Formats: sequence, structure tokens, C-alpha cells
Amino acid sequence: MPESMLLAASAGVVAGALAVGVVLLLRRLVVAQRELGTDAEQATYQTLHLASRAAAHVRGGFDGADAARAGRSLRTMLGCESLALIDPAGLVTVDGDSADELREVATGLALAARSSGKPHVQRRIAINGRETDAVAAPILVGDRSAGAIVAFASPVRAGLVRATGEVASWVASQVELGELDASRAALAEAEVRALRAQISPHFIYNALNAIASFINTDPAKARELVLEFADFTRYSFRRHGDFTTVAEELRSIDSYLELERARFGERLRVTLQVAPEVLSTVVPFLSIQPLVENAVRHGLEAKEGGGRITITAADSGAFAEISVEDDGVGIDPVVLEEVLAGGSPGEHVGLRNVDARLRQVYGEEHGLVVETNLGAGTLVRMRVPKSQPNSTAGPNQHPPITASRDGSPAR
Amino acid sequence: MNAAISYAAIAAVALASALIGFYGLRVSRTTSDFYVASRTVRPWWNASAIGGEYLSAASFLGIAGLILTSGAGGLWFPIGYTAGYLMLLLFVAAPLRRSGAYTIPDFTEARLESRTARLVTSTLVIVIGWFYIVPQLQGAALAVRITTGLPSWAGSLAVAVIVAVVVAAGGMRSITFVQAFQFWLKLTAIAVPVIVLLILVGGVEPSLEAADAFPPTAGPGDLDPYRTVSLMVALLLGTLGLPHVLVRFYTNPDGDAARRTTVIVLVLLSVFYLFPTIFGLLGRAFAPDLVASGDADALVLVLPDRLLPGWGGDVLTALVIAGAFAAFLSTSSGLVVSLAGVISQDLLGGSVRGFRIAAVLSSFVPLIVALATESTGLAGSVGLVFAFTASTLCPMLLLGIWWRGLTPRGAVSGMLTGAVLSGAAILGGGAIAAAAPGIRPFLEQPAAWTVPLALLVTVLVSRVDRRRRPRGTDAFLARLHTPERVR
Repeated sequence: MPESMLLAASAGVVAGALAVGVVLLLRRLVVAQRELGTDAEQATYQTLHLASRAAAHVRGGFDGADAARAGRSLRTMLGCESLALIDPAGLVTVDGDSADELREVATGLALAARSSGKPHVQRRIAINGRETDAVAAPILVGDRSAGAIVAFASPVRAGLVRATGEVASWVASQVELGELDASRAALAEAEVRALRAQISPHFIYNALNAIASFINTDPAKARELVLEFADFTRYSFRRHGDFTTVAEELRSIDSYLELERARFGERLRVTLQVAPEVLSTVVPFLSIQPLVENAVRHGLEAKEGGGRITITAADSGAFAEISVEDDGVGIDPVVLEEVLAGGSPGEHVGLRNVDARLRQVYGEEHGLVVETNLGAGTLVRMRVPKSQPNSTAGPNQHPPITASRDGSPAR
Repeated sequence: MNAAISYAAIAAVALASALIGFYGLRVSRTTSDFYVASRTVRPWWNASAIGGEYLSAASFLGIAGLILTSGAGGLWFPIGYTAGYLMLLLFVAAPLRRSGAYTIPDFTEARLESRTARLVTSTLVIVIGWFYIVPQLQGAALAVRITTGLPSWAGSLAVAVIVAVVVAAGGMRSITFVQAFQFWLKLTAIAVPVIVLLILVGGVEPSLEAADAFPPTAGPGDLDPYRTVSLMVALLLGTLGLPHVLVRFYTNPDGDAARRTTVIVLVLLSVFYLFPTIFGLLGRAFAPDLVASGDADALVLVLPDRLLPGWGGDVLTALVIAGAFAAFLSTSSGLVVSLAGVISQDLLGGSVRGFRIAAVLSSFVPLIVALATESTGLAGSVGLVFAFTASTLCPMLLLGIWWRGLTPRGAVSGMLTGAVLSGAAILGGGAIAAAAPGIRPFLEQPAAWTVPLALLVTVLVSRVDRRRRPRGTDAFLARLHTPERVR
């Protein structure tokens, strides 16, 4: 195609897009004009607009820049000369005339209003040589005072007193909403914390028993196992960080399997197929190890002659795909469905726990995918986005795997 | 030239890439040793992989062709292509890795907390990627036409189909070892012929005078300051926004490793670019007729056979063809993988099926453009893509990493300004320059004025829009600039 044709085509596209844009813009303007409505309606819109603007700033509690912005909207809403916001600690933010005298008066009035729990009016206050009136209304959240609003105007009419009272209770409801938001976030966080996998008591018991059986016959081996146990528990008891990397998680799985091998011996075989590209992908803390533990405990333990576990981590565009497969006894799909739905605690708790956390963190479509049937082994897969700018892996404290085998007692 | 050998070389590279992508690594990665499995990619490997994905048709064929046609002026291209990594090292590599974002749109969304900014970035990434693939397909067309005598479209079609099929089927997913292998293949494929040819011509008198082969007017004496500066701005800053290069940094375990990788990339590229440059110089001495025929970009493919007729030349030619195809395939597949990721994530819901559709789409849209347009020099057209990238993504990335004040509106208006200005200069430049010949250089190399304008618009709009500064800015920037070990 000659260049001129390409040029004409692209010019046409640009011109067309521009024309469509202009038409849409004009249409919006016309529609907006027509729908503005009567004065009363406009006043309502105006108030609602101011209220929604102020709401965003009031919710987080009013201090600093947020209070200043909220004060501006609230003052416009009430139509008063100056407006003071007093927070629970007694800090005063003034919009309008912010003389020191005014602050003092505001603090005094706010105290009076807060102690009485009702709007409080004071007339003829001299500020900077002129007289003004003021009305203060307490902000009551439940039974607790969350500050006060003081409006200055000359003169203060009954309407303003009423309006100030209403605004104060509106602010109170916003503060409550803000607290609700905060507690909802705290709840979600607590849920993730609570779901954070724990070492199963079962495993500790088995591991210690296995170690005990080696103490007399093979002390060196027993010592090695105790070190593995220490490594594994150190990782699992880590206090901070809800996330880790695939590489760290693999190291903890290694310690875990080393301990299980003490019990299973040759009956437990492991194959790894890990793409190095996904090693630094961030995953929820202890999200792969429980899958391996599930495979060992429910897949291979019951199977005569043991079996093989295959752990795969593959690169898949913007996602990392991690799967744990065993050729053990499998799970009855009906039972599994029940477990994942939240019923029948006990068996496969690890799976349910990981599934719930993945959904919580990455969204519903990122839960575990389990392919299994009785006698057909189990394949558990998860798909984690590589890009997670909002979650950081905890500090890399885990020593390299070889360090536990160098025989030195202290690390 | 022996067409059978050419076919064999092309088929071998295509087959090898596909097979390694599908099976080879699956076998080699299987282990039962956790220590082996959890070894992260070493900076050396990663740097080779970046080189493998970065060295495209423009580097392998284009630079030699450019030096053949325009002399020492062409040397600015390899300098710019390499020095871009210095900018990457200084300003982007480590912070971007620490951000935890995988693609540029991911970074934009995390930094600016805005879906709109993400969508604009995604669109730009897709456009840039498509226009970057076009020269690869044109290079393939040229290579196939020159070496086998088949019609041009056959080459473009073959590369597009191979890349689409392999990427959609799940192979070649920017696997580090495959891409690293491609780099060393390309380096060998260009270094061995150059060394053999240099030994060969050591005793041969050139068929023309040195003053004719290297006229002073085509050398440094002919330097146009504006064009040179503009080209350098485009190449240095354009590298910062290349989607397929930036995703590779994610493979590094931390910011420090990202920096080390970049330093090694600088070394590897510096070594590589020696050879196309020598090829270009040999071409000026022994094959100046190619300029007139318009096939200057084929110099690397033609020269071995000319200087060394017989089976020796055939072997060298096969090697060069293999390298060239490695260049087309690796760059295109790297781009298609990252574009398909962006398209499927932003438009098709991130499913595996969506990724396949997007992969096919990302291979065939550039194919249509490549078939519809005529190549005007591979290095030049890639240079224009760099200018576009530098005017759009680079201001957003740089300010996003280094300036607290960036707001979503500022970033979007800066990106759009850069896109409209540089896009108009690149696409409509010919027509505008015909009307006003005085501004022709400004349209042919727009980066020197479009990049500062885009930066300026970004800053100004962000200042005006100060209130909409994202709430998490301070925390995010602290994260970008705090080394992992002190966290």
C-alpha cells in the first residue's frame, strides 16, 4: 500500500474519532442544561453534591488536610461566615476567619455543647472589634462525643441552629460509616490471619516420633532431622508478612518432606518441575506446603507401597500455575465438594484453608482447582497473578537449604 | 546461492525453537532435588535472555544495511540501542523490579490507582508491540526473498504463523533458557562469518578505492546535530518502555539482581554490535552495488557468498540465515507473549483461552501491516517505534518512579500528547513535509521535541490536578526505592 493511502486512512480515522467525540460532548452539555431543573431542585442537588464531597473527608475522622477540606464544604452548605470543626482531642480547624479569639470561643462553645449534648447558641461575641453570633452542635456517635461543629454568623437565626444540629448528626453518621469501613477492613485482615495455615499437631507428633526412632540407631540422621524440624517450624511460626515467594515456600516443603521421608522411607518419591521464572512470584504464606501435606497424609499414607508426588510451577503469561499431584488413593468428589464448601471439618482442612485464602486475596476465580476420584490420585492446581504490587513477601530469613547439613551447631 | 541450504537453515531454527519451547525444558527441569529446583535465574542467564529477546531484525540485518547506505552516521543506532540500557540501569531497572508489577500496565495501575491510566497504557503497549513486530516480519520477507527466491510475503507469513501457533499452544512463553540460547545463536551466527571474512579479505585488495568506499561526506563530517540528538533521545529513552524487555526483569529475584543483569546486558550488546558494524564496513568495500538495488538490509545475508563462493560460503550463509531467523522469531515471540498477556488480561478476562486468541491476534495484525507497507530500512523503522515509545511510555515511567507529584490525569494527558504528536509526525510526516520542506527533519526524527512536550504536559497537568494525587504515593515510592535487604 502506498504511503499516501495509509496516511489518508489514518487521517480519516483520527478525524472521525474527533468528530464523534465533539458530538458526544455537545450532546452531554445540552442534556445537562435541560435537566438542571427548578431552583429548589438545584439547591437540593447543590447540597447533596457538597455533602458527598465532604463525606469523603469526614469519614476518616477529621484531622489535618481532610478537616480543612470538609470544613470548606460544610461552611458552604450552612452558608455561615466561619465554621470551626473540633475533633475529640480538642484540636480546632477553622474555615473562614481564623482569628485566635475565634478559636478560643469555638473551643469554649464546643465544650459547652458537648457536655450538654445539645446545640448551644451564644450571641454578641466580640471578635476583632465586631460582634457576631455563634452556634455549636455536638457530634454524637452513639453515646460517645466525636467532636463538635461551631458555626459563626451574624445574626444566628433559628434556621441555622437547626441546620447546624442536622449537619452535626449527618457528620456523626459519616464518622460511624468510616468506622464501619475500618472495622470491615480489620475483619478481612483478621480473617486472612485466622486462615493462615498452622502446623498440624498430627505432623509434629509424627515427626518427633520419627526422630525418636533414629536417636539410638542413627544419631547423625536424628540430628539432621531435628535441624530440619527447626527450619520448618521457624518458617511456619514466622510472625510477620502474609506473603512469601515460591522459592521460600519450596524450601519449607523440602524440610517438611525430609521429615516425612524419615517415616516413609523409599515409599515417598518426589518429582519437581519448577520454572525458574516463577520462583520470585509472591504467593500467600504457607499456601503450597498444605497441598503437599494433604497429598502425603490423604493420598499416599493410605496407599500400599507409597507413591509419587509431583510439584509443578509453570510460567503462564501473566500468571504462575502451581500444581501438586499425587498418585495416591484420591478423594471422593462428593466429600471434597462438601469440604471445600465449608462443611465436615477434619479431613482436608488444609485444602479448604488454602482455597479460602486464595479466593480472599485474588478473587473468586483464583480458588483451587482439584481433579480427583477414588483410586485415581489427586491433582490440585492454583493460578496466581505474577503482578502483585500490593503484597510484599516477608523478609528472606530462611537460611539456604545446605546450611542445615554442614554440621555446625550454631547458625 | 544455494536455496536448499537456506530452506534447511530456516526449518532447523524454526523447529529447534519450537521443540525446545515445548519439550526440551520440561525434561531438563524435572528433578527431585529441591536445591536444584529453587535456584533462581542467574543474572548472566537473564541478561542473555534479554539480549536474545532484544536483538531483532533491526540489529541483525538493519545496522549493517544502514552503515552500508549512510556510513558512519549509521553507527548511532547500535550506540543508542545499547546505551538505552544505561538509562534502564540508572532510572528504571531496580525500582521497577521492587514494585512487584509484572507488566507496564500493572505498574501504572499500582502507581496511579487508576483504571483509565491502565487502559491507556495497555493500548499504547499494544500499539507499540504491533509496530515493533512489523519490521521483524519485513526482515523475514527480505531474508526469504534474497536467500530462497520465494515471494516476499512467504517469509512474513511463515514467521507470523510459527509465532502464533507456538505461543498460542503454550510453548516459548518467554522461557529464559530458550531466549538465552537465541542470544548465543545470534552472536555465533554473526561473529563466525565476520571473523572468517576478515581473515579472508586480509590479503585481498578491495575492488575500489578506500576514498570511494568511505567518503568523508558519509562520515562524521556529515553529522546533522538535530537529527543525531533526536535519534539518541528516541533510542535512549525508548528502551525504557519496551514491553517485552521489561517483563524479563520480573525473573530477577530482587532489585539488585535486576541492576546486575542490566550491566551484563550492556556488555553483551556492546560485544554483539561490533559484528554488524564490521559487516557494514566490509559491505562498503565489497558490495556497494546493494545500495542501488534497494536491498541494503540483505548485506549480511549476501556478503559471505560473494567473498567466499563455494561450500564455505554456503555454510556461512546458512549460519547467517539461522541467526536472522532466530532474531525474527525470538523478538516476535517475546513481543507476542507480552502483548497477548496484556490483551487477554485487560480485554478478555485473563483466561487461557483469551491468551490464545490474543496471541493469534497479536501475530496477524502486524502481518497485515507488514504485507501492506513497504520496508524503508529496518533500523530506521525500529528507530521510529523507539521514538513513539520514548514519547509515550517513558515520561509516565520516569515520573512515576521519580516524582511524587504525578497524577492519573497528568500521566494520561502526557501519554496522549506524546502519542498524538509522535504518531502524527511518523505517519503523516511525509505529507506534511511535502507542504513545508523546512520542517522535514523535525518530522523524520520527532523525539527531540515530542518527548520534552509530553514530559511538560504530564508535569503541568499533574500540578494543576494536584488534589488527585494517589493516596498511596508515598508508600509506593518508598517501596520502589528501598533496597530489599533493609525492608
